[in-house]
Amino acid sequence: MKKMLMATAATALLAGTASADDVKLGILIGFTGPIESLATHMGAGAELAISEVNAAGGILDGTNVAGVRADTGCIDNGLSTSNAERLISAEGVSGLIGGDCSGVTGAILQNVAIPNGMVMISPSATSPALSTVEDQGLFFRTAPSDAREGQVMAEILMDRGFQSVALTYTNNDYGKGLADAFQAAYEAAGGSVTINAAHEDGKADYSAEVGALASAGGDILVVAGYLDQGGLGIINASLDSGAFEQFVLPGGMIGDSLPENVGPDLNGSFGQIAGAPGRGSETMAAFGEEHGFEGTSPYAPESYDAAALFMLAMEASGSSDPADYVGEILNVANAPGEEIYPGELAKALDILRAGGEIDYVGGSAVELIGGGESAGSYREIEVQDGANTTVRFR
Amino acid sequence: MDLLNAFIALSNFVLIPGIAYGSQLALGALGVTLIYGILRFSNFAHGDTMAFGAMATIMVTWLLQSWGISLGPLPTALLALPFGIAFTALLLLGTDRVIYRFYRTQKSPPVIFLIVSLGVMFIMNGLVRFIIGPGDQRFADGERFIIRAREFKAWTGLSEGLAFKTSQGITVITAVIVVAWLFWFLNKTRTGKSMRAFSDNEDLALLSGINPERVVTITWILVAALATIAGVLYGLDKGFKPFTYFQLLLPIFAAAIVGGLGNPLGAITGGFVIAFSEVTITYAFKKVLTYILPDSLDPTGLVQLLSTDYKFAVSFVILIIVLLFKPTGLFKGKAL
Repeated sequence: MKKMLMATAATALLAGTASADDVKLGILIGFTGPIESLATHMGAGAELAISEVNAAGGILDGTNVAGVRADTGCIDNGLSTSNAERLISAEGVSGLIGGDCSGVTGAILQNVAIPNGMVMISPSATSPALSTVEDQGLFFRTAPSDAREGQVMAEILMDRGFQSVALTYTNNDYGKGLADAFQAAYEAAGGSVTINAAHEDGKADYSAEVGALASAGGDILVVAGYLDQGGLGIINASLDSGAFEQFVLPGGMIGDSLPENVGPDLNGSFGQIAGAPGRGSETMAAFGEEHGFEGTSPYAPESYDAAALFMLAMEASGSSDPADYVGEILNVANAPGEEIYPGELAKALDILRAGGEIDYVGGSAVELIGGGESAGSYREIEVQDGANTTVRFR
Repeated sequence: MDLLNAFIALSNFVLIPGIAYGSQLALGALGVTLIYGILRFSNFAHGDTMAFGAMATIMVTWLLQSWGISLGPLPTALLALPFGIAFTALLLLGTDRVIYRFYRTQKSPPVIFLIVSLGVMFIMNGLVRFIIGPGDQRFADGERFIIRAREFKAWTGLSEGLAFKTSQGITVITAVIVVAWLFWFLNKTRTGKSMRAFSDNEDLALLSGINPERVVTITWILVAALATIAGVLYGLDKGFKPFTYFQLLLPIFAAAIVGGLGNPLGAITGGFVIAFSEVTITYAFKKVLTYILPDSLDPTGLVQLLSTDYKFAVSFVILIIVLLFKPTGLFKGKAL
């Protein structure tokens, strides 16, 4: 009986895993935890790029690529580093797509990737702290830093003629990072931040916080929080007390539930969320429909792009050794060369084999700057008639 | 005009929220103080009793709403309140029968009761989450505002708005009615007098023929009513979420102790002292001062004593100060 169980377990483990000759890519994201609803689509996006390449005959003279999934729990440093260790030592992956949330991504990078010389491309870690981290050139991300979102938000406010704002953020790395980045960008552009105050999520009553914000004044309130959490409470309390009537909503506040919960008073508020215009995202949407996942779900295009970048860099360098292909990542991602959109990976591989150059655009308009992070494009959102409407791209 | 604006701004962000919050704390502290005075222990399960009462009321409210019954401009929850109180009273009497009575016949010291109530707290905690879930529940309906900030501005021509929510109005009115009734009950009725006698001297009360089980039962029913009313008012005003009731336990105890444990008048005063200190100490007075002071003296900073993060700390600082200088509380309660 025991033997049979072992045998079954062994078969279960073997089933779906690749043969030894394949080039393996770890897909290390939070399949459980706070962003588990996004992770499904992110994983599917990465695997779609891999199967597209395999259908085109693989990389490096016909070697197939295989994706190996592992969990980070989004906020579980212990789980994510041990899974990263396992992917590298037991599975023998040649690159890590991940991590997903900023905290675990930093932990994996410091504790596993750097000691092992492994390259990481994160599709969704957005903390500005990761821009300056000592990564020995091994860390890239297809998601833009929140520092960039701060700049975009400052531009939007300036274009709309708001010269002074009150600012509140959710008291964690994401909120603080975004708030500080925004304040710096906005003040550099000539605006003034009357108050920069934290709020805690999960409280019943935000009238005291709103009282302080209202007392400081400002033409509009920037709410760098979460739409189902304190951010919603702050907006409701502001509207109730008449403290603010219009709000700026960064990425964490964009979602259908916010206009639904707040009601018509939210009309006229505006904000931004990462998202690329045009052909790339349209193709991703179509791909998603075809393969049964949401192609435009947050960070799904970025995951596709992360996987694609790995494989294209390997082909360009002619090797799946991280030390060899790491230098090619920036070359395939940026100009010059022929622009590559989702679904054109076969064409990209052909160009590379012929010794040509490519400029990978992908689903999220990849343009890697500052040592390997996405320059980032954003959708400017305005709440109109109770719905988030994309006004333009930035 | 500036003085008026300053007063309106202060009312909008300090006075009105402070009075509403103070009433909610006072009702909660009254329950704690009744148990301490008559049953002689600190009931740590009180916050979760409030959560249970609010939950029972919410369930009945949903039922009434599904039948199409409403109170017009007033929240339907008021109609459901008596049912909520009944369910909570059943729960508390059941808990007393199964748990507290055992320790009472053993004449256990108050500290044992306190630990037992801690256990009861965790069970109620789980019970509420098991039935209604840990998330936010919305059950307020009817007219949301008595005065809207935007309309107030248009109507008066002032630059400051004043908002007065229906839930705040109901909170204050209900608190006044409940407190008045409670004092009448304790001071004028036979049952109330027997409860006070029991509280003053248990043995003497027994000798004079007072039935202790009856006093205990009535106390639990009163506590159930107070806890449910406080819980529902808090939920109407600020939204229902089980965890926030657990957090509410701390300011409620601070209020009861500051006022003097076992003293109903103290509980009410303590509630308002705690509420107003929390609100005024964390309020940024910049706006108010800008209106009052001449332009040359306008404050540049926020004039905020403590960041709002320290709200809960405020009640404890007051609690420590009171315990240091007047251990029996402001109104001669029993020393801990």
